[in-house]
Amino acid sequence: MNNTQGCENCPVHHKEHLIRMGIAMDRVDYVIALAGNPNTGKSTVFNNLTGLRQHTGNWPGKTVSRAEGGYSYAEKRYKVVDLPGTYSLLSTSTDEDVARNFILFGRPDVTVIVADATRLERNLNLTLQILEITDRAVLCLNLMDEAKRNHIEIDLRNLSKELGIPVIPAAARQKEGMPELIQAIEEVASGKYVCKPHRAKSKSPKLNHAIATLVKKLEEQFPGIPNLNWVALRLLEGDESIIDAIRTGELGTLSPTTFPTLAS
Amino acid sequence: METSNLTNKDNEILSLANNLRWDLGVNFHDTVIESIYEDASRIAQRTVAQEGDPAKHFDLKIDRIVTSRWLGFPIMFLLLALVFWLTVSGANYPSGLLADLFIGKLYPLLKQFAANIGTPAWLSGVLIDGAYLAVAWVVSVMLPPMAIFFPLFTLLEDFGYLPRVAFNMDSLFRKAGAHGKQALTLSMGFGCNAAGVIATRVIDSPRERLIAIITNNFSLCNGRWPTQILIATIFIGGAVPSYLAGIVSAGAVVGIAVLGIGFSLAVSWGLSKSILRGEASAFSLELPPYRPPRIWQTLYTSLIDRTIFVLWRAIVFALPAGILIWVVANVHIHGISIAEHFIDWSNPFAVIFGLNGVILLAYIIAIPANEIVIPTVLMLTVLQTGMSGVGAGAGVMFDTASIQGTEEILRAGGWTLLTGINLMLFSLLHNPCSTTIYTIFKETHSWKWTLVSTFLPIVLGLIVCFFTTQIWLLITS
Repeated sequence: MNNTQGCENCPVHHKEHLIRMGIAMDRVDYVIALAGNPNTGKSTVFNNLTGLRQHTGNWPGKTVSRAEGGYSYAEKRYKVVDLPGTYSLLSTSTDEDVARNFILFGRPDVTVIVADATRLERNLNLTLQILEITDRAVLCLNLMDEAKRNHIEIDLRNLSKELGIPVIPAAARQKEGMPELIQAIEEVASGKYVCKPHRAKSKSPKLNHAIATLVKKLEEQFPGIPNLNWVALRLLEGDESIIDAIRTGELGTLSPTTFPTLAS
Repeated sequence: METSNLTNKDNEILSLANNLRWDLGVNFHDTVIESIYEDASRIAQRTVAQEGDPAKHFDLKIDRIVTSRWLGFPIMFLLLALVFWLTVSGANYPSGLLADLFIGKLYPLLKQFAANIGTPAWLSGVLIDGAYLAVAWVVSVMLPPMAIFFPLFTLLEDFGYLPRVAFNMDSLFRKAGAHGKQALTLSMGFGCNAAGVIATRVIDSPRERLIAIITNNFSLCNGRWPTQILIATIFIGGAVPSYLAGIVSAGAVVGIAVLGIGFSLAVSWGLSKSILRGEASAFSLELPPYRPPRIWQTLYTSLIDRTIFVLWRAIVFALPAGILIWVVANVHIHGISIAEHFIDWSNPFAVIFGLNGVILLAYIIAIPANEIVIPTVLMLTVLQTGMSGVGAGAGVMFDTASIQGTEEILRAGGWTLLTGINLMLFSLLHNPCSTTIYTIFKETHSWKWTLVSTFLPIVLGLIVCFFTTQIWLLITS
């Protein structure tokens, strides 16, 4: 009996507060982006959260455009954006531009990184790149059932500590881990959980100096942007879309960008 | 003033970045990315433990077989044939039941009811003989095969087989100067060409994407499967002993599908050597792990998302088409109907291609949806031959309830094995349906490419039918 009471005190227990809103998304409180490598189950997580039935399939590159849906949990309304899967955010393809521009300019309140637990190292490459851009993220370690089948054990506490964000094990196809994920999203969105995202440290003093110089200038022009270090770095690399964003003032207006037209 | 001030500051930032970049040299990019990769590797090492053997060798074993040089393609064709065989042999019985219910039982009731409340003949003709029968036909003929085909296809997709198909076909597409991912969009086209055209967004290069869009129509879409299956059953299955009929007609449908893939490759090659010249770009395709398909979920989603979706679309288009058919068959000019005018006029031209005026008219009426080609053909044939004792009068899209009934009508209309083969070929090679054409325009924003995608298959279809007919006549004469 006591056990059940304990459960009731746990916020996760109140899963019934979850209301899937499908595409009805007026007056949203938080915007959630779903990012991750291709074929890690982003669309499955998306469907679980929103109650929508975005077509899922076991092949990489299935999601070609942004899908949006919503849910409401603990009296807050969330808009969820399912981004195309990418291996990096280095802007080498349309998919990567779409994903990166949304995380950068769309300014989601929380970015949920869906990762394949059986291929953690490669998934971490993208995870770390995303953490360079955003301060608020949750790692949804999906396909835990497959990891188990492959006898892979992951030290979740340590991983969370290294990355500085909540790490939620899940098996989205079996709908496992979803209540915990919703709870973690809520905590990060509301600021109850403060992320200390892992940031790569440059070993080159020359580069550090260049970044610092540029960040100072950027701060004057675009105050309040959380990841100017990263913007500066991209500028130094001559990243066209960032240069454009500065030229057009998009970086300052914080408007969520539309997708680049895919037509030739 | 504000704006120009802002612009100045922005330029200041950009030129500062330029200067700094100059100072840094070219190699710094690598160092930043390297440090991210190093960190990822370090964190993974600290947190991941592999105990015992990974189960992946199971995946590897399957992959070694299904993507092997020798077995890859035969397995692909066998799986395809199995799916069609299940569809062909499983759909017949429920189709008959539905037709019996909607057309055998409900249709006379509706007519009776209309007569009882004094509906004028033209109105009950348009609504019941036209619209209702068209919809009833589409439902009874399309629902059962789709309800079998889509779940099977989705199970294969869920299992992880599609990327292996792409892997097998990649080298072929590359040799054709197209993108390897075109194999994926081609597979999507087997479901619906409009969906296949949208799926080409996975291809980044505009040149290769255009090739994928133009050639997607060569994937036999589900609106054309029933036509293929029915005609193959009647004419091809009918030409062999009955115990072979099922397998041979399934084989013929697979043959048409494979021919479509062949055309897809050949046209891609032609385009990449002429108006869309260029090199194939490289890409990496990850072979995902095999995952046990979630049977119930797959059944549910493929039924709701695909079957009902496509069926609904077919009904929406069949409704006005049914009305149109009734009108062209019942509005008379100089004593004969509009339909007969067209058929008589186009017949001499159509015969050169081994087709007939009925088929041409049916394809014009069926531009909105390929699904209604066969009912239109049947109705027009009855009209043209003046058969009596079938259906319920001119321009009534009746049910033949059975495949034998369909066969009798077509044979009476002068159809032969050759007409059947040509219809199957023309069904593969003709313009995309209007939804697909509209989707192509939306994706390319170009009239030129939309027109190319529309007319290229028709021209090809006429050429192929012409040579098939002439060679056939040479051999049989």
